[in-house]
Amino acid sequence: MRFIITYYGYMDGSGEYYIVVDSEKCNGCGECVTHCPKQVLEIIQTMVDLEEQLVAAVKEEHRKNIKYSCSACRPEKATTPCVSACKRKAITCIWKPKAP
Amino acid sequence: MSEENQQYWRWREYHLVIPERKPKGSNIITAGVDVGSVSSKAAIMIDGQIYSVSIMRTGSSSSDSARRVMEWTLEGTGLKLSDIHYIVGTGYGRVNVPMAHNTLTEIACHAKGANYIWGPTVRTILDVGGQDIKAIKCDEKGKVLAFLMNDKCAAGTGRGMEVLADLLKISIEEMGEMSLRVDEEPDPVSCTCVAFARTEAMGLLRRGWSKEKVLAAYMRAMATRMCNLLERVGCERDLVVTGGQSRNIGIIRRIEKMLGMNTLPPPKWEENGLDPMAAGAIGAALFAKALYEKTKS
Amino acid sequence: MKFRGDSMIAAGIDMGVQNIKIVILQDKEVIARSIIPSGFEPRRAAEKAFEEALKEAKLSLKEIQHVTATGTGVEMAPYTDSTISMIAADARAGVFLYPSARTIIDVGAEESRVVVCDEKGTVLEFAINERCAAGSGAFLEAMARALEVRLEEMGVLSLEAKGTVSINATCVIFGETDVVSLIHKREPKHEIARAIYDALADRITSIAHRVGIRPDVILVGGLAKDLGFTAALKRKLETEIFVPENPEYAGALGAALHALNKAGGR
Repeated sequence: MRFIITYYGYMDGSGEYYIVVDSEKCNGCGECVTHCPKQVLEIIQTMVDLEEQLVAAVKEEHRKNIKYSCSACRPEKATTPCVSACKRKAITCIWKPKAP
Repeated sequence: MSEENQQYWRWREYHLVIPERKPKGSNIITAGVDVGSVSSKAAIMIDGQIYSVSIMRTGSSSSDSARRVMEWTLEGTGLKLSDIHYIVGTGYGRVNVPMAHNTLTEIACHAKGANYIWGPTVRTILDVGGQDIKAIKCDEKGKVLAFLMNDKCAAGTGRGMEVLADLLKISIEEMGEMSLRVDEEPDPVSCTCVAFARTEAMGLLRRGWSKEKVLAAYMRAMATRMCNLLERVGCERDLVVTGGQSRNIGIIRRIEKMLGMNTLPPPKWEENGLDPMAAGAIGAALFAKALYEKTKS
Repeated sequence: MKFRGDSMIAAGIDMGVQNIKIVILQDKEVIARSIIPSGFEPRRAAEKAFEEALKEAKLSLKEIQHVTATGTGVEMAPYTDSTISMIAADARAGVFLYPSARTIIDVGAEESRVVVCDEKGTVLEFAINERCAAGSGAFLEAMARALEVRLEEMGVLSLEAKGTVSINATCVIFGETDVVSLIHKREPKHEIARAIYDALADRITSIAHRVGIRPDVILVGGLAKDLGFTAALKRKLETEIFVPENPEYAGALGAALHALNKAGGR
């Protein structure tokens, strides 16, 4: 059994923002990609520890801007479309802005 | 950047050969090359044991840096590039290691290298590179279980520390120690932003704070940031620190205090080549051995 | 003819990180403004700025019926009778300057705010980008330095560009390295300048989308005078943006309006 949980996003002075993909649960179906209104997600082929797998991932150009890319879906208030779309609960959202 | 400024943030580049490991006969010779955004590392292993290792500053071209560090690592080994059976490249972004037979993610190589350096008890790795901070969870075999990378914000990265060192006109090597030379730990700075540090740190100095105290306040804030990242992936013992900041004792001590666990100290790498900074290159060289054996079977 | 005694005179102080701004109102009319760098002693600077504003208005301190302070350094403001948040000040000023204003974007030296309000200037929603230099004027300043172009010339320079280059850096420190490498790649300076504005405008736009843009959109704060920035913001927001005269005084104006209310005993 192999699995890796990847946290896409960052923490900066204003808070923590991550889209988390569990590659054990993810089967690369792409539902999350279809439901994302901002094209933040994609399905990639990744090799970790010498094995290949298709998994969901946040696109490279959005990883450092995730707070802004995902803000329209209001992750701090509600379940985002990508999370709702996933039947295997492979994708989750951690959104912790610091109080102003 | 002026010549004078450049001195403040150079880690000492070095090359080490362990003469007792000199290969003879049917040994498997593998190498790993890790081209980071700030430093490039290479390691040559004989049957999975370290023979030669080097660390140097990455230049403007990653393929050039890969070549140069590989060359330096070969020096004094009695080996030529063609003697190496398998080379694995790794590093930052779409790294180009021209002589590599295969390329693997730096996360996998790092975890493997840490597992080699410290042993099977390692579960959490904090890697502070030049331009990013990574938190890696692994199992007893050095296989990656969870991964988080923060490369959006310079606070806590090597580059951020360089700016701070430059600002306070001290060398990056002494930052850690200086930050511990305070009678009482000050409150952490409220704002970790390194760009704002230019005004905030100046303000503190003007208020009569010593350089040591300013450093302590910043190190505390940076350490808090790193602990938050570790807690995000779940921090389990044993914890180790790799990357440029592994040499920063001001950060290490504070992280240990905040998490309530000791980090495993680095081995005597000046003697045995097991340098945490070279964990990626070492891991790559180990994967090279596994991949080579796979091709032979 | 109106006698001095009939008017209400109020003042607003905006203790900005970079500059202290003062606005003095006589009823609903601005009769004086002043701006002074905060420097290392903001309180002293504020006193000096106040002095200058009083001189311009030909008033003495005791003729000011109420003083309201706002801004990052608000605790250090002198002569303060009351304080309000930057958010509230922005909303007040926005609606005063443009009665149709419903979204106010304020990009300051170290912080950016987007405020949504109603026709009375009551704050409905807001978003702040703080503690990160990348979302504020500090980003522009640092990038201009790395590009070796004077800040005042950046705007006009960027207008010549077509947008062939982009900067991905999300941090001022990393951005500096990006700019240096673009220069080494011999990218023309005007394109780099535009890329810098685009990156900042992009972040501000995302903050704005977080609260939901409602027309009319007003841009205030020091950066509002920068043609390069307004052009980039218009591109990214895809909506009309109004910029009042003296946009950097919006905070002080909002505070002064609040003070005016207080002076009237309301």
